[in-house]
Amino acid sequence: MLILECPYCGVMADETDLHGGGEAHLKRFGPGSSDDDFETYLFHRKNPKGVHFERWRHVSGCGKWFHAARNTMTLEVYGTYSAQTTEPPKAIVNAVKKKHPEWEGWT
Amino acid sequence: MSNAVSALQGASFDGYCKVEEAGLTGMITLRGELASAGVAKAVKAVTGAAMPGQGQITEGAKGRAGWMSPDELLLIVDHADAPAVVQAASTSLAGEHALVVNVSDARAVFRVKGAACREVIAKLAPADTSVMQPGMLRRTRIAQIPAAFYLEDDETAVLVCFRSVAQYAFDLLKDAAKPGGEVFG
Amino acid sequence: MSTRLAQGGRLIDRSKPKNFTFNGKRMKGYEGDTLAAALLGENQMLVGRSFKYHRPRGIVASGAEEPNALVNMGQGGRFEPNQRVTTTELFDGLTCTSQNHWPSLEFDVGVVNNYAARFLPAGFYYKTFMAPAAAWKHVFEPIVRQSAGLGKVPTEADVDRYEHFYYHTDVVVIGGGVAGLAAALAAGRSGAKVLVMEQTHHWGGRAPVDGGEIDGQSVEDWIAATLAELEGMENVTLRTRMMGSGVYDHGYVLGYERVADHTPGDGRPRHRLWRIRTKQIVTATGAIERPLSFAGNDIPGVMLASAVRDYVVNWGVSIGDRTVVVTNNDDAYRTALALKEAGLEVPVILDARDEATGPLAEAARDAGIRVEPGRAIAKVNGGKRVTGVSICLQAGEGAALEEIPCDAVAMSGGWSPVVHLWSHCGGKLIWDEAQAHFRPDPDRAPTGHDGEAFVVTAGAASGAMSLADTLENAYEAGKTAAKAAGGKAVRKAGPKAEAEEAQPMAPVWIMPQGAGPQKRMKMWLDYQNDVKVSDVQLAAREGYESVEHTKRYTTLGMATDQGKLSNINGLAVLSDALGQPIPATGTTTFRPPYTPISFGAIAGEARHEIFQPIRRTPMHQWHEEAGAYMEPVGHWRRPYCYAKPGETNEQAVHREVLNTRERLGLLDASTLGKLIVKGPDAGKFMDMMYTNMMSTLAVGKCRYGLMCTENGFLSDDGVVARIDEDTWLCHTTSGGADRIHAWMEEWLQTEWWDWKVYVANVTEQFAQVAVVGPNARKLLEKLGGMNVSKETLPFMQWADGKIGDFDARVYRISFSGELSYEIAVPASQGRAFWDTLLEAGEELGVMPYGTECLHIMRAEKGFIMIGDETDGTVIPQDLGLNWAISKKKEDFLGKRAQLRSHMTDPARWKLVGLETLDGSVLPDGAYAVGEGDNVHGQRNMIGRVTSTYYSPTLKKGIAMGLIKHGPDRMGEVVDFPTVDGSNTVIKARICDPVFYDKDGEKQNV
Repeated sequence: MLILECPYCGVMADETDLHGGGEAHLKRFGPGSSDDDFETYLFHRKNPKGVHFERWRHVSGCGKWFHAARNTMTLEVYGTYSAQTTEPPKAIVNAVKKKHPEWEGWT
Repeated sequence: MSNAVSALQGASFDGYCKVEEAGLTGMITLRGELASAGVAKAVKAVTGAAMPGQGQITEGAKGRAGWMSPDELLLIVDHADAPAVVQAASTSLAGEHALVVNVSDARAVFRVKGAACREVIAKLAPADTSVMQPGMLRRTRIAQIPAAFYLEDDETAVLVCFRSVAQYAFDLLKDAAKPGGEVFG
Repeated sequence: MSTRLAQGGRLIDRSKPKNFTFNGKRMKGYEGDTLAAALLGENQMLVGRSFKYHRPRGIVASGAEEPNALVNMGQGGRFEPNQRVTTTELFDGLTCTSQNHWPSLEFDVGVVNNYAARFLPAGFYYKTFMAPAAAWKHVFEPIVRQSAGLGKVPTEADVDRYEHFYYHTDVVVIGGGVAGLAAALAAGRSGAKVLVMEQTHHWGGRAPVDGGEIDGQSVEDWIAATLAELEGMENVTLRTRMMGSGVYDHGYVLGYERVADHTPGDGRPRHRLWRIRTKQIVTATGAIERPLSFAGNDIPGVMLASAVRDYVVNWGVSIGDRTVVVTNNDDAYRTALALKEAGLEVPVILDARDEATGPLAEAARDAGIRVEPGRAIAKVNGGKRVTGVSICLQAGEGAALEEIPCDAVAMSGGWSPVVHLWSHCGGKLIWDEAQAHFRPDPDRAPTGHDGEAFVVTAGAASGAMSLADTLENAYEAGKTAAKAAGGKAVRKAGPKAEAEEAQPMAPVWIMPQGAGPQKRMKMWLDYQNDVKVSDVQLAAREGYESVEHTKRYTTLGMATDQGKLSNINGLAVLSDALGQPIPATGTTTFRPPYTPISFGAIAGEARHEIFQPIRRTPMHQWHEEAGAYMEPVGHWRRPYCYAKPGETNEQAVHREVLNTRERLGLLDASTLGKLIVKGPDAGKFMDMMYTNMMSTLAVGKCRYGLMCTENGFLSDDGVVARIDEDTWLCHTTSGGADRIHAWMEEWLQTEWWDWKVYVANVTEQFAQVAVVGPNARKLLEKLGGMNVSKETLPFMQWADGKIGDFDARVYRISFSGELSYEIAVPASQGRAFWDTLLEAGEELGVMPYGTECLHIMRAEKGFIMIGDETDGTVIPQDLGLNWAISKKKEDFLGKRAQLRSHMTDPARWKLVGLETLDGSVLPDGAYAVGEGDNVHGQRNMIGRVTSTYYSPTLKKGIAMGLIKHGPDRMGEVVDFPTVDGSNTVIKARICDPVFYDKDGEKQNV
């Protein structure tokens, strides 16, 4: 049972107050996109053993979506941050790199 | 209007804390840019309360203002005043992107009174009730429904939930406050 | 025989006798007894039968590790099977019965399995119950059912109450022995918020039984002084009768508090499950003594040496007059000395080590006890009770050297730290060669959300086995945890004890070491599941190399005690059979809960009327009083119909349809979702959310809209009203309001966060009533207020105003095909409004109608219903709703997906009406079959029924369905085979799905 800090409320929220939303930073493909791009957008998800970027919603709190950088093996949380970004902010990337210098970075 | 009634019409239960439905309460959802002077002015005008910061609820002569999210406030006023407050706040905020709606009747409000009021809520909500002090507001869940609560004073917790689940919330609080269930003391 | 001694028993109060019954026999114990102590005090050693061979089983331990002594406890609404007598506090009026035997505990016919034990080896069930398949139903299953399970299933509902309690703290100390208290002392002195939990009702654990001195005081005095200090600390909370049940991710701990197990019916919750979030956890969970594997080690009277000592010292109960002690370590000598001190006989101490030279061995010799090093038990004599032992050389094959009569055997195979809680969340273990046990590896602790260790072990749970080491280790653990949790540095010194000299233990996994097959077949590893040394060895020979596989194959450690006594011994035997060191074999996985916890505690408050939230509309009470038959719609309860006395539900539904079509019906539509969407970019947003063009909807008008997922599938529908220039009101389905609200917020927050749009869910702000039927306008006009004429408020428009005295928003929309107004009033006035409409409508023939009537009327009109015509695989184009899909818009959610090849396939099943040739009603969900068979030899399917009703209006069955090429096959007849066993086929003609008022004249008047 995870706890994640809601970057909006500032509270450490219990997993039961949250709703997981899968991989973060997906790029939406709409009309005009190729079949491959659209299929990737709809169905292809990363499933890394290690550092992962996820979407979470503070569903019984402020109702806001946020992002979390988390390790799927150790469950360590490197940080939570605004959902209103297309890639992880520098501070989060640095926090991950500090723990895992070998990490190849977010792509 | 005289035929307006709250969900449980003031039902109450005497356990090791007293649980009572608070009756009709005016509640307004205000969504907008909380940092804007216009919002602060509108809040002050209709409640007399200062702008609440993150996790806070403030009190003024005419009501309270609770921080619900980075772009949402809950204004608590007299039930009868709510339509006029919505009107006034909407007019005041006409120049900026904001949404003011009356949600008075979409809510049920409960008071849990007694020295152990935090403990009763702690049987139902995963939030840390022990750190709650008057002036703080916490949105969380109680058992299976969303709820928000704050303290009017050290021995009075106010809990807000949706009207449709008022009976469920009341039954939960009754169960939690049942004599014999005291966790401490 | 076991008996209560005239003196002794530090935990019992002999002035407070407690009466109880076992198998109907009246017995007596004392306050402070466990049920186990009380049974033994009454010479009730035999308490049950084992699972597989129905061997007689006696009490073997004194705590949570007990594998044998499980009983059916209580009666009626408080009956519960599989209750462990060693962890059950005695109370007046307790009733219990033994389990797993027939017809009686003393004489059990199931014991024939015992004589057939040769034929019931490891994996017996897997090997036997295989083929033929037909044998399963008539032979195997009845056998398995007959023999499966231990206790009886309760027949009455549980009358107790249970609750949860969320608790947040800095440090949790699990275990209230001297280690836990020392750790708590350190943590408490740091100023951190500390919760200490102890599973029994007394503090101090087993240290007082073992004796010794702490800081110059007796252990008991130190415990009392320490408790006093802890109780004086405001930051420390002490709880007894609370077990640390499990450790989970990110510092989540479950504490299982048995509030009222010992005071049933006193009005308190029986169990309270503490759901704890803590920064740090100290597990001071002690250690468990291991049995030794010798022939007949399961005969009642053979007991762990520490348990024998506990019963004497704690409860003044002797297990036998003459107790043979058998050991591979020093600790069991304490038992011999304690027995001697209590005036009991210890004919011999058999020490498997080559020599016995430690101070405790010396003390035993000084006390006049015969000590025999290098000796083992060749065999225990006796059936339902030990009568004696044969002695042999440990180094040999078991030739008897001597027979010694005795009525109890106290065995000790060494101690294993209780590592369960450490391991639950990923803490790793190392093999300690000297102690022959796995202990926590402090360098590989479970880590929390910050990546740092959040569990630290204390005392014997760390592998610190002496009092001195335990105290030092535990105090340090408390300091470490407190510091990590943000407490102040602790300078005050911790408690100290004198270091003692001890002779190293010797790992002994079977006894004697050269025992042959006959003996190994009688050496029990798992008492409850009847797994023996020979079974594990057989599994190894059959190729089971992984300990996890061996566990499942042999059922070793899979009983309700989860192998607390058997795991390490089993591992050692497996390792030996595989010819590899024990750490190479590894352990099985430790999973919570530590010992079984009640379902009631897990459910907490979620029982009876608060099992689930029920959502009620403002008119809910009226519906109930009117005798409505309610049906769940999401969490809502909605009236299905309002049957009058003497009427069936079906008759009521038909009456409601006809009355609404001919006169006037009222529907409580409050459950419909209502979302406000407002902002300068709201129009653009609405165009993305809906397939329709919503930005062009004129203020004051309504439009039916569809919402799809990005997969293109239809997700929700409802009427949208344009409120003002930048505000829309979206109606959603009854179950869909929260989902669609979340859906809108998700897109606004995570994709189009620069769009200026706010959404608010105002579903419950309004009570909404559909006033439906030819007399609808007459009713509203009678009440007075706003103008609801065709000219002022035409079809598909809305207006604010007054209906009678009520502030109302009136939508002229129709889901029935009739003249219809949906009227929203504040929820606080909903009931009054409903009453007003009913009263005023009486002369106009008003009747309330329910959801089934609504369904029939919409089906008569060919309107789709989300969840009937859709199932998550249906796109709007399948339902002939192309008219609601904007072709002008560049984009909307689902548009791209609807262009995928499968979505544009002309062979997709499409919506049509269906009328049976004989006027009957098609079965719901029936499939239409076409020509030929598929690869499985089944008829090819070409469609299915999505909605089907008897239409009281048309007096025949009507249906909608999805049929391959359906719209191109109007008038054709398709076959719907029945599945009721009659082997018949219902023939139905494909038709227009609009059965009633095709031109929509009735709703637009």
